[in-house]
Amino acid sequence: MTHDKEKLVEMYTKMLEIRFFEEKVYELYGQNLVPGTIHLYAGEEAVAVGVCSALSREDYIVSTHRGHGHCIAKGADLKKTMAEILGKKTGYCKGKGGSMHIADFNIGMLGATAVVGAGVPIASGAGLSIKLRGTDQVCACFFGDGASNQGTFHEGINLAATWALPVLFVCENNLYAMGTRQSQVMLIENVAERASAYGIPGVTVDGNDVLAVYEVAEEAVKRARVGKGPTLIECKTYRHKGHSRVDPATYRPKEEVAEWLKKDPIIRFREQLFKMHVLTEEEAKEIESKVTVAINAAVKFALESPYPEPEEALEDVYA
Amino acid sequence: MKEIAYRDALREALREEMRRDQTVFLLGEDIGRFWGGAFKVTNGLAEEFGDERVRDTPISESTIIGAAVGAAITGMRPVAEIMFGDLTALAMDQIANQAAKIRYMFGGQAKAPMVIRTPFGGGVNIASHHSQSLEAWFMHVPGLYVAVPSTPYDAKGLLKTAIRGDNPVFFCEHKLLYPLKGMIPEEEYTLPFGKADVKREGKDVTVFATMFMVHQALTAAERLSRENISVEVIDPRTLVPLDKAALLASVKKTGRIVIVSEDCKTAGVSAEIAAIVAEEAIDYLDAPIKRVAEPDTPIPFSPPLEKFVIPDENRIIKAVKEIV
Ligand SMILES: Cc1ncc(C[n+]2csc(CCOP(=O)(O)OP(=O)(O)O)c2C)c(N)n1
Ligand SMILES: [Mg+2]
Repeated sequence: MTHDKEKLVEMYTKMLEIRFFEEKVYELYGQNLVPGTIHLYAGEEAVAVGVCSALSREDYIVSTHRGHGHCIAKGADLKKTMAEILGKKTGYCKGKGGSMHIADFNIGMLGATAVVGAGVPIASGAGLSIKLRGTDQVCACFFGDGASNQGTFHEGINLAATWALPVLFVCENNLYAMGTRQSQVMLIENVAERASAYGIPGVTVDGNDVLAVYEVAEEAVKRARVGKGPTLIECKTYRHKGHSRVDPATYRPKEEVAEWLKKDPIIRFREQLFKMHVLTEEEAKEIESKVTVAINAAVKFALESPYPEPEEALEDVYA
Repeated sequence: MKEIAYRDALREALREEMRRDQTVFLLGEDIGRFWGGAFKVTNGLAEEFGDERVRDTPISESTIIGAAVGAAITGMRPVAEIMFGDLTALAMDQIANQAAKIRYMFGGQAKAPMVIRTPFGGGVNIASHHSQSLEAWFMHVPGLYVAVPSTPYDAKGLLKTAIRGDNPVFFCEHKLLYPLKGMIPEEEYTLPFGKADVKREGKDVTVFATMFMVHQALTAAERLSRENISVEVIDPRTLVPLDKAALLASVKKTGRIVIVSEDCKTAGVSAEIAAIVAEEAIDYLDAPIKRVAEPDTPIPFSPPLEKFVIPDENRIIKAVKEIV
């Protein structure tokens, strides 16, 4: 476990950034300022932050429809992220992508695909490129429990396993794919068990414990960097809200929701940091106000930014 | 007659056919009791027919269609839902190489009586992976029928025919049409494939349109009528088989045609229709064929961008005015 104070505080700050960011997105959506739909990451912060804290800036990630947290954890600019979600010209993708398709190639964020499971082979391909180019990068691929029933999951992991590609396959198991409970669509309890079918390590970890996720990710990164191939990491977690903004999530038992809210990854980490004497109540408050200021600045920037000109729709089709 | 929304009309068709024929069953992602379909078309059906006949599947589009093929060639009548039309890409082999060809390739021994329902179309700002109109992909595959209903009446009648038929039917729906209301008979009815519907009669120009674009065309026609331009709006209702006779008759009457389609212009629906008109009615044309379509881009997210690429009544009016 890392005891580097600076790193721990940075991880905590990132988690808070994601939570506050998502709360703002939720609020703005309610005010009709966010076009389309949104899939919030609130409740799952420990996964993205735990994994991305084990990566360097040069490493890659591949993201999903529930991707705001992945971006922020990898170090994306809050302003450009928020502007993209609002469909503004100043957003990461000039308004072409929106909430489900954010990318920042400068920080190795290879983009979010909204086609469930489509990121898995793409991550394997990035891993292949790393191997062929002979760098020591790795690629972390985020996807859900639902995605692990897609053919691309099996094909993509098998390829990465066979070719010993430097990839972390990170399954964010939040127990549901829309309204479908995991147990309705697979007989195993742990998605990580599937790793054995491809001859690679599979680890199930408490996805609401950021340090536990970090440790597992660090180990997997080590393996990957020395050419030992991919790892399948399953993080058990829970989304605080419905699947998308309009989903009241009535298919989830109240007791289950309450149980998981008690395991809030941010509250848990803060308690841990207090106990470890890494953080005081005072410092925690300071971080909160700092993050609030940053999020508010992102919102202001996004709201004040112009929409793209209609004709820009015709640009970027070909290189 | 009674008033009903497009999505409810589709559900009536499913319910009636499931009651009538025990071999009809539904499969798809989140179509069952917990969600009722992403667009609520199957809402309540699991409660009535049970989870055996309204099956929630894993997120496995290729296998949803593959399983439908397997069930169809062995005596069942599956109706598969793919949550978004864009995602049919994942199932393309099962649709285009398996379902569509299984009869021909095996010398007519097999039949695959199955329906693939899926929503196409933009207008709700959900970007490039959830907004396309891909009807033309399926028109290009012999062995598939392609239905494109624009009203609750057409949706119900065509879906019943699709379920009863012995061929695989690619049944296109449209996200913006689900809440649209229209009149349907109280009593049971079906609609034949390959029979176009003249949605508005006119004499100066034919506007050929499908699904949501039919409504844009009708609005355009209404506005143009105030300028004394008489527009005939023709809705093919199925693209395969296509009611060529009705299309050509209308063109021969008006001598002008604007083809409106929400899909990309290149090699799209409008290209095929234009080719037919050029091949078979060019001598009757008094002006060049006009096409109003998506300008060969993916569908962008931001509202002003999306609005720019998706055809609307203004672009239809402009095209009509260029040739009358
Ligand atoms: C291939 C594909 N099928 C269906 C959908 C519609 N859809 C979007 S998210 C989702 C559920 C995904 O569940 P999971 O992978 O567990 O991720 P989560 O939303 O729980 O984070 C579905 C079915 C899609 N976008 N892509
Ligand atoms: Mg999930």
